[in-house]
Amino acid sequence: MATAVTPEAVEKVVFDALPQFGADPSDITREATFEDLDVDSLDLAELSQIIEDEFGVQLKGDDVGKIKTVGDAIDLVVSRAG
Amino acid sequence: MKREVAITGLGAVSPLGVGARTLHERWTAGQSGIQDGEGAASEFEPTEFLTKKEVRRADRFTQFALVASDEALREAGWEGEKPYPAERIGCIIGTGIGGIGTLTHNHQVLLEEGAKKVSPLAIPLMMGNAGAGAVSMRHGLRGPSYATLSACAAGAHSIGDSVRLIEHGDADAVVTGGSEAALVPLARAAFAALDALSDTGISRPFDVRRDGFVMGEGAAVLVLEDAEQARARGANILGYVRGYGASSDAYHLTAPEKDGGGAIEAMRSALADAGLQPEDIVYVNAHGTSTPLNDRAETQAIKTVLGDHAHEIPVSSTKSAIGHLLGAAGSVEAVATLLALRDRIAPPTLGHEEPEEGLDLDYVPGKARPLEIDGKRAIAMSNAFGFGGHNAVLLLEAA
Repeated sequence: MATAVTPEAVEKVVFDALPQFGADPSDITREATFEDLDVDSLDLAELSQIIEDEFGVQLKGDDVGKIKTVGDAIDLVVSRAG
Repeated sequence: MKREVAITGLGAVSPLGVGARTLHERWTAGQSGIQDGEGAASEFEPTEFLTKKEVRRADRFTQFALVASDEALREAGWEGEKPYPAERIGCIIGTGIGGIGTLTHNHQVLLEEGAKKVSPLAIPLMMGNAGAGAVSMRHGLRGPSYATLSACAAGAHSIGDSVRLIEHGDADAVVTGGSEAALVPLARAAFAALDALSDTGISRPFDVRRDGFVMGEGAAVLVLEDAEQARARGANILGYVRGYGASSDAYHLTAPEKDGGGAIEAMRSALADAGLQPEDIVYVNAHGTSTPLNDRAETQAIKTVLGDHAHEIPVSSTKSAIGHLLGAAGSVEAVATLLALRDRIAPPTLGHEEPEEGLDLDYVPGKARPLEIDGKRAIAMSNAFGFGGHNAVLLLEAA
C-alpha cells in the first residue's frame, strides 16, 4: 500500500533521498535548485523511482525535465496524485 | 616518418596495492598480492580518492580506472591546465567484461524485487566503455574515446590503439589503460566451469605443477604523448612505446594453438613496427597465465620469434604476484615492465620451482635480480593474449 500523498510526506521522502546522490543535507531546502545540489538527470531518474515506489506516482521524462527546484519536484508529485 | 610516442605518466591499482610504484616495488621484492586463491585489490578504498557521488556513479572497474588515471596525470604534470587542447587528447580504456558487479547485482534486484526496482544507473555503470567515458569526463579529454574489449588482451590493445592515434595525428596525447573488477560469483563460477581457474589457488606460471590462472582485479593507466611535444614542454619522459603488433589466432575460442599460433605473428609485427631485431629485446614480460596451455604455447612462440636469443634473456610473469587481471592485465603489466626496465631489474616469476620439459627459458624463478643489458637500449616485450584468439604485443623502452 502506497503512502498517502501529502506535501509533508513527499518533502520528507525527497529530503531523505537527496543526500544519497551526494547533496549536502544542510543545502537541501524547497528553494534549492537541483543544479545547485549537483543533482542531475540520472539522479532524478533514481528519485523518480523512489517516489513511485513510495507513493505510486509515476513521473514521466517530460515532467522531470521541467522541474528546477526541490519544491517543484514536491509540488509535481502532489499535483499528480490529486 | 612516424611520430614517436613517449610515456609520461603511470598509475595503477592492483592486488599489491594502490600505485604504480607500489606494484613495482612489491613485485620486485617478491611479495604476492594473492590471498585465498584470488588477487583482490584489498587495499583499495574508493572513498579515499573519490567523492560519495563519484563512487555511486562508477562500477568498481571504473573506480579503479579513475584512481589510476589521477595518479598517471599527476605524474605527467597534467594537474590543472592540460598541455594540449582538450580535443587533441584521447582516452582509451580497455576491459575484458566491464561492470559485471553492477550487472549481477541488478539482475538479482530484477529477479527478487521486480523490473521497477532496477537502477537507472545499471546500464551506464555496467557498459564496457564506462571506464573510458568516466576518465574522459573527469579530466575533460575531448579527443577520440572508447573502450577496447578483447578479453585478456584489452589492456594492451588499448595502449596499441592509443599509439596509433598519436602516430597518425588523430591525437597529440592519449590517456590509456585497462581495468577489470570481476571478482564476483558469476565470473568465478563461469571461469571455473571452463576449467580455466587454478584448483590449488596458486599462480605459478611455467612451473610443471601449474593448474590454471588465479583471478585478480585492478587497473593501470598510462599517459602517452607525442614525444616531440612532450620534450618541448619539458615533460619528464619515463619511456617510449616503440612497437605494437596485434593478430588473431582464428583457431579456438579459448585455447591457444600449440605452436604459438597468432602470438608469433603479433610479436613479429611488433618488432617490425619498431624496426627492431630479436637481439634488441632485453626482457620479456610474458602473458604467463599459469594455465597449462598458455605457458607452453607462449614459450614456444617466444622461442620461434626470438630464436637462440630467447634463452639469453629473462622472461617472467607479473601474474605470479597478482594473478590474472583479465582486461587490465596488458596495461598493468606494461606499467610493471617499464618500471622494471627503468630500474634495470628482472622481476621474478614467483612460485616457479619445478620446471617442465620444454619450458626451458630463464623464467627468473622466485627472486628478482639485476637486469644486465650490456650497454644495449632497455627494451622489453610485453605480451597479452585473450580468449577469442586476440593477441597484442607491446615493445617498451625505458628513457
